[in-house]
Amino acid sequence: MPSKLVEETMRTRRLPHIWCPGCGHGILMRDVCQAISNLGLPQEEVTIVSGIGCSSRAAGYMNYNTLHTTHGRAIAFATGIKMAKPEMHVIVITGDGDATAIGGNHLIHAARRNIDLTVVVFNNSIYGMTGGQYSPTTPTGEKGTTAPYGNIDGDFDIPKLSEAAGATFTGRGDCFHVPQMVKLIEDGIKHHGFSVIEGVSICPTYYGRKNKKGSAVQMMHWQEDNCIDIKKAAKMEPKDLEGKIILGEMHKDASRPEYCDEYDKIIKKAGGDK
Amino acid sequence: MKKGKKLLTEPKWCKGCGYCVEWCPKKVLSIKHEKVVVENPDDCICCGLCEQRCPDYAIWIETEED
Repeated sequence: MPSKLVEETMRTRRLPHIWCPGCGHGILMRDVCQAISNLGLPQEEVTIVSGIGCSSRAAGYMNYNTLHTTHGRAIAFATGIKMAKPEMHVIVITGDGDATAIGGNHLIHAARRNIDLTVVVFNNSIYGMTGGQYSPTTPTGEKGTTAPYGNIDGDFDIPKLSEAAGATFTGRGDCFHVPQMVKLIEDGIKHHGFSVIEGVSICPTYYGRKNKKGSAVQMMHWQEDNCIDIKKAAKMEPKDLEGKIILGEMHKDASRPEYCDEYDKIIKKAGGDK
Repeated sequence: MKKGKKLLTEPKWCKGCGYCVEWCPKKVLSIKHEKVVVENPDDCICCGLCEQRCPDYAIWIETEED
């Protein structure tokens, strides 16, 4: 019998999951389950929506209302669920490619609307499922199967991108610093508005191998050494922060109205509540 | 091992990544034939770092209920 948390929050008959040895996604999925469990949310009041990709397999393993949708469209499906059932806690689990490439438009427009969804982006900086193509978050210069001489594109900063588009809660955690990631997801769920939490993951199979990062343990050590808390980073020189990953809550704005609340007002205005 | 707590494993789920072995502060664990093995259960302080970092949910601390 597995741990109490796993027993209560996952479909254990589906385990072990398909993720590769050392993949950070398993840790991040547990973090999402832990956050939901810490908040004491009833199973039937939580819906997990995912798109396509390694990350999006998570919906199949989590024991809530779940929806595994088409590539990039998780946020669009989640928007529909939230509009129909505003009392539901809708959590989107998506990957870097799913959320910021094919689903990039859905991400920015949901942010613009400030609809009360919690988007957790499992960012492994590569398309793992399809064989290691570079993604919008592959750092410049790094390699993928479609960038054998190094990626010349710039990479997205997911919290900054979301904040600029109008998200009212953004943050970044990673798969090494578990309590911090759990807390960010909890705060994202509690926030009444559009929340985006990036979870920096590890892909030893494609990203690690293509870029000669060593074993999963070595990659995790790199993450341990190169992730810096936002409070500590504020006291550091910009040159010391080069190549580092900054973790923590990046932005919170409780002043903007939430989309479903505004939509209710429109219904009332149009006489639809009579 | 702390009283009332147990370190448990599910070898069928373990993929042998080695995170638990690497970050165990008391060197309780090892990997044999790509599976986690509890070598020194008496040294375990039940800190739970292995459980937090296991991507496969194959190791955990259980609190015995009265």
